[in-house]
Amino acid sequence: MSAANDVSTSAKASSRWRVSEVLFWIVVLACPFLFPSRYLIMTDILRLALFTLSLDLILGYAGIVSLGHAAFFGVGAYSAGLLALHGIINEPVLALIVAGLAAMVLGFFTSFLVIRGVDLTRLMVTLGIALLMEALGERFSNITGGTDGLQGIEMQPILGMFAFDMFGKTGFWYCLIVLFLLFLLARRIVHSPFGLSLRAIRNNPLRASAIGIPVNRRLIAIYTLAAFYAGIAGALFTQTTQLASLDVFSFERSADLMLVLVIGGTGYLYGGLIGAVVFKMLQELFQAITPQYWLFWIGLVLVIMVMVGRARIHRWVLWLPNLVIRQIAGRKATVVVPEADAS
Amino acid sequence: MTTVFTILFDGVAYGMLLFVLACGLAVTLGLMNFVNLAHGAFAMTGGYICAVLVNNQGWPFFAALPLAFVTSAAIGAALERTLYQHLYARSHLDQVLFTIGLTFMSVAAVDYIMGSSRIFIKLPSALEGQFDLFGVGIGRYRLMIVVICGLLTLALQLILSRTRFGSRLRAAVDDPRAAIGLGINVPQVFAFTFAFGCGLAGLGGALSAEILGLDPYFPLKFMIYFLIVVTVGGSSSITGPFLASLLLGIGDVAAKYYVPKMGPFVIYTIMIVILIWRPNGLFGRTAAR
Repeated sequence: MSAANDVSTSAKASSRWRVSEVLFWIVVLACPFLFPSRYLIMTDILRLALFTLSLDLILGYAGIVSLGHAAFFGVGAYSAGLLALHGIINEPVLALIVAGLAAMVLGFFTSFLVIRGVDLTRLMVTLGIALLMEALGERFSNITGGTDGLQGIEMQPILGMFAFDMFGKTGFWYCLIVLFLLFLLARRIVHSPFGLSLRAIRNNPLRASAIGIPVNRRLIAIYTLAAFYAGIAGALFTQTTQLASLDVFSFERSADLMLVLVIGGTGYLYGGLIGAVVFKMLQELFQAITPQYWLFWIGLVLVIMVMVGRARIHRWVLWLPNLVIRQIAGRKATVVVPEADAS
Repeated sequence: MTTVFTILFDGVAYGMLLFVLACGLAVTLGLMNFVNLAHGAFAMTGGYICAVLVNNQGWPFFAALPLAFVTSAAIGAALERTLYQHLYARSHLDQVLFTIGLTFMSVAAVDYIMGSSRIFIKLPSALEGQFDLFGVGIGRYRLMIVVICGLLTLALQLILSRTRFGSRLRAAVDDPRAAIGLGINVPQVFAFTFAFGCGLAGLGGALSAEILGLDPYFPLKFMIYFLIVVTVGGSSSITGPFLASLLLGIGDVAAKYYVPKMGPFVIYTIMIVILIWRPNGLFGRTAAR
């Protein structure tokens, strides 16, 4: 009885909003006013952040390494594109949810394949599913438009009120609101007993099942949810760019995604958001130097991050902020390295 | 009926090529439990070295092949000593990230140096064309691949089972701690095996330029094929990956011939089904750790 109380108090304590989190979202809100001319790239960052958040749910919290997360992104993107193109569901928000649900269905059925086997089998199966989706997209090019992609997607105003403008302002706010709502949901989930049990599974599946956690059911649930998130991210991609082509399924997309998450750090939800910002900035920088060969630099970043050690890099990055925080708020108030990285 | 045999023969040649390309990965991934997604990069290196030697320097094809092997092996050994060996004990996620990074770098570097178009290696005229054997068309080049790869497979099997080095390697894989205790220099054995696997990949890359096509995206395009060979074949012996490569080769060629529109679909489906049915591979004996 008292143990249950302890768990619930500590869960409640860790789920309380911290000052740094509130500050983070204030900064995010300030961005559109600080950089009013850069809506397109900021929208891009938001979409990537949502997509990475989805990977963080399974990798950072459940410990499933996926090389094929683009499969769900792609299903979401194509669903949203097809719904809009054929005028089945014209209202973007409704189409967004339907696209997310389509990805979720795929996620649910493939989760049974993923929970079997060890890391290596998971890598292979997730990679295989993404490749399979790409091959399917190519095979049914009469529906997907093949390598040319879906063309002529016309988006209707959101909720019938806010039309997409050419500067991407509506698209930005739309993405931001979707991201924030889904972030709140994810935050609620990972701080719930369900989220705690996921962490137990990540740290040691055998022990988790020994204390009575239904490991497979939990993994299926989180994998399905992550697929929903990725589908929404894909649908946002189609809706804001009015584009969906076969490269939504590409391996590079899944690999980049891992890089984004690893830059930001796994297992504390903000990793995806911070990683997306840093990744896009790196991309801009590298593309300015060598537009054609930026793959090289991304590869180099990956190699260096692993060789130096992810946890160590995050400690270095946090050194200065922590110094400042300590000066202002005293010794204890520091931002710590997320636990998932420390291991 | 003869088409069946031609497909079978092409499939066998393709499969054997895949085996030579992937058997190095079978060792690193299956035996050393290191997820090396950059394996294709070594194959590509070998292929490009062979292409440069033959096309630009005018070397004979058969003289360039050993050099492709040696160079790839040397690069593999250098990378193993400097970078890879620090990652053996790390998590699979770290290994995946690291090797994807290496792959990306190699793709961009080769694209920068050699250009992004597909490259061909000038073959000696003796290897071109095909001849009839009981009405079955047999490509000379493919026949050479079957011979070379067949011999290599035999040699590998003999090295693993008969030589002192082979038994050291098996001991090091089964239980590294006990092997160290017995005085086996395990890091050295692993380094040598890794380099040898990279060399084989380089040789395979040089041989495959004609059949699989060689361009900077080779490591990404064929990564999944190498992984299929190893995961489906299991890692307990060299026979498993060998049979898996033959299956994959024949299956892929047949699928492309009979159901061209379904193309890669067939292979991926088969792979997923097999992995679900036997997570440790078709011929796997031990549980993957």
